[in-house]
Amino acid sequence: MQVLLVLLLLLALSASLYQVGRSRALRAAGGRTGILHSLPSYYGYYVALWCGIPAAILIVAWLAAEPTVLRAMVINVLPAELQGLPPARLSLLINEVRQLASTGDYRFASGPETKAVAEQYRALQGISFKAMVAGMLSLGIAGGAFALRAVRPSFRARNMVEGAVQAFLILSSVLAILITVGIVLSLLFESLRFFAIVPLNEFLFGLSWSPQMAIRADQVGSSGAFGAVPLFTGTLLISLIAMLVAVPVGLLAAIYLAEYADPRFRAVAKPLLEMLAGIPTVVYGFFAVVTVSPFLRGLGASLHLSVSSESALATGIVMGVMIIPFVSSLSDDVICAVPESLRHGSFAIGATQAETVMQVVIPAALPGIVGGILLAVSRAIGETMIVVMAAGLSAHLTANPFESVTTVTVQIVTLLVGDQEFDSPKTLSAFALGLILFLVTLALNVVALNVVKKYREKYD
Amino acid sequence: MTEMVEPLTASVTVAGVNARLRRRYAVDRWFRALGVSAIVAALTFLILLLGTIIGQGYTAFAQSQIRLAITFDAAILDPDGRGDPAVLGTADYGRLIRQSLETLFPDATERAQRRELSRLMSPGADLELRGMLLADPSLMGRTEEIWLPTSSPVDQLVKGHTGRTAEEGGQFTDGELRRIDRLRSDGRLAARFNKWLFTQGDSRQPELAGLAGAVVGSFYSLLVTVLLSFPLGVAAAVYLEEFARQSRWTDIVEVNINNLAAVPSIVFGLLGLEIFLNVLGLPRSAPLVGGLALTLVSLPTIIIAARVALKAVPPWVREAALALGASRLQMVTHHVLPLAMPGILTGTIIGMARAVGETAPLLMIGMVAFVVNVPATPVDPATALPVQIYLWAASPERGFVERTSAAIIVLLCFLAVMNAAAIYLRKRYERRWG
Repeated sequence: MQVLLVLLLLLALSASLYQVGRSRALRAAGGRTGILHSLPSYYGYYVALWCGIPAAILIVAWLAAEPTVLRAMVINVLPAELQGLPPARLSLLINEVRQLASTGDYRFASGPETKAVAEQYRALQGISFKAMVAGMLSLGIAGGAFALRAVRPSFRARNMVEGAVQAFLILSSVLAILITVGIVLSLLFESLRFFAIVPLNEFLFGLSWSPQMAIRADQVGSSGAFGAVPLFTGTLLISLIAMLVAVPVGLLAAIYLAEYADPRFRAVAKPLLEMLAGIPTVVYGFFAVVTVSPFLRGLGASLHLSVSSESALATGIVMGVMIIPFVSSLSDDVICAVPESLRHGSFAIGATQAETVMQVVIPAALPGIVGGILLAVSRAIGETMIVVMAAGLSAHLTANPFESVTTVTVQIVTLLVGDQEFDSPKTLSAFALGLILFLVTLALNVVALNVVKKYREKYD
Repeated sequence: MTEMVEPLTASVTVAGVNARLRRRYAVDRWFRALGVSAIVAALTFLILLLGTIIGQGYTAFAQSQIRLAITFDAAILDPDGRGDPAVLGTADYGRLIRQSLETLFPDATERAQRRELSRLMSPGADLELRGMLLADPSLMGRTEEIWLPTSSPVDQLVKGHTGRTAEEGGQFTDGELRRIDRLRSDGRLAARFNKWLFTQGDSRQPELAGLAGAVVGSFYSLLVTVLLSFPLGVAAAVYLEEFARQSRWTDIVEVNINNLAAVPSIVFGLLGLEIFLNVLGLPRSAPLVGGLALTLVSLPTIIIAARVALKAVPPWVREAALALGASRLQMVTHHVLPLAMPGILTGTIIGMARAVGETAPLLMIGMVAFVVNVPATPVDPATALPVQIYLWAASPERGFVERTSAAIIVLLCFLAVMNAAAIYLRKRYERRWG
């Protein structure tokens, strides 16, 4: 919160330096603004940027370095017997100190020395904050003063400012690449730590998944098995059921809307269908749990079938409904992109509308439709909340849709929500699963987007 | 040759052609009916979903309350008579309620019966009285008729969600049922507007659990998301559309952005966990971090929407600006961006609406904690609206089912408002370039 105030302060400083720079330029022009190279406001922006950017960089760097530096300083002042603690215990202690210092409430300190250290930490934080503000102000003013000296009528302020803005634009577009690199690196880094404990082929081909690690060596079933095959099959089973719902319904709906429906019906039905896509998945999950699962269970019981209350069927059906608008709007796009001349040709030789659709339009649109379906599969595989709420937790290797299965995303969530120790294979396995999930969806997306793009180019 | 002609001539009778035509048109009708039924099936599901949620949830907007004559007895609350807020804050307000109930039911003399009496009221009733007195100290010594929340089992009984008898799952003794009936016939027990749903944070007690904390948490997260993803997304789109020359590099960036838009959101959650929490050491469960994670999720969507909007601005706008001597940046900021802004804003609002309902990344960065307090700043622990729905959906108490549905109704209302704003913007400012 304080940081926000500091940033506002910096913004105010920059704004006032903008005014200074602008009036300086006007004064230098002596009333003949025509002799200025750039519009007066550019001189103001130039000064403001020189004030704001270095100071903002300072703040970011300061905030990034502060915890490390303070940690080192606090460890230095710790009593000798605490300094000798093993690293893990020391980290715990430092965390407690930080916690205490951040609230300023020492009632729950675990001991008098922790309290003393926490008080010291808080004091250091206060000093650090003041130093940061002082540094920011002086750097900002220095930067502004430096820029002000350059303000002359012949100075190319606009080019400088535009250069800075372009740099920002380029950085923003590079950010998208950085996000991808960040995903790959962070997943890979943690996964490699995991594969150092559990061999890759055991993870990819092992048939049993029970990530609980032994608390006691003689415990039953506590060996911690990390064979992910049951998760993959569970994910595929649920996705398959979802696609069995979504593809026929979505495709038929798209065909009807694109080929048969009159414009008024289309104008009402299409947004209504898309409402299904706008409903948050957590809502679908809740609906699956409280309505669909009990309904299917009851239906199964009346047919003498045993249906689990977390059956893959219920989860898959609800997920399928969520994906319907996805399939239908993508298919609708590609069907509408099929040139009208193909339809006219088909009608001219006497085909009915259904024949035209089945034998001309769909074959022509097929690559686009397949691409759309692949994107939908990728979405089904990565869908999290519906399965977390409605699918099971224990991994069964089964193809029976009435049984409960678990999925990759369910396991990632259950492994990472709640208390976690950051070095156990249990936690690290979530990152390995995340890596697999990312790679699979990435491959599907690349293929699908390429197919769709090729298809678009064909008819554009 | 003759083999091919023969079946043809056989069918080319008027009757044969008509029969085939009928068949072909029948297929056509069937096909059409299949299409309609697909749409009807999808919309039925939508209606079923919304109907179930609203049907289950609307009752949570009311809460059973009992009107009690409460005497703010100074001898109990403030024996020293100094009006010290610390004393008033910790006083035994439960005793006021017990006294009032015992005067209503003088026959409840045994311990067990008295315990039953106090089971009528929510533990939150005490807090309600404390809040009233602290806000208005002049209440001291007065007797007021006050509506106070009942406990969740009573609430569920009044709303008809649980049965009366033990066979129907009821949990009340005959004496309790008699008292509840008497209160109802006296007009002292009624379902009234549930203000706690909108003013309280989370609670283990269904009747006290409110959405205020979650709504504020969602608001802070969304604020961070908008502040970051809007400028960054627009800047990236402007660069790619207006400045970058078509090259290998821009192709890579473009493919990359399209892929990011299709990456499962939980992967962004894993990235947020690793970068923001483990590397940068930002606080767990904070809306700030939630907003950062949601920025990752919504950035590709916004970039794509902004590029579409920029593409829709016709090239002659740019040419005219350049011909009049504007620099490229001036052309963009003075002409292209203002014309594209409605489209960009529409895309951003839709992206934000998606971010409001996004749950999985927030689970990853720890916004699933049980948080009673309404967060005061973006770095306090908090939950968000969809996470609150997830948490309540996992709570076993009967009272949480209707509350979960109510939370969903609130969330859907937010989404409806945002989407309506997007549609309005599109309709109002959409330009057709002739």
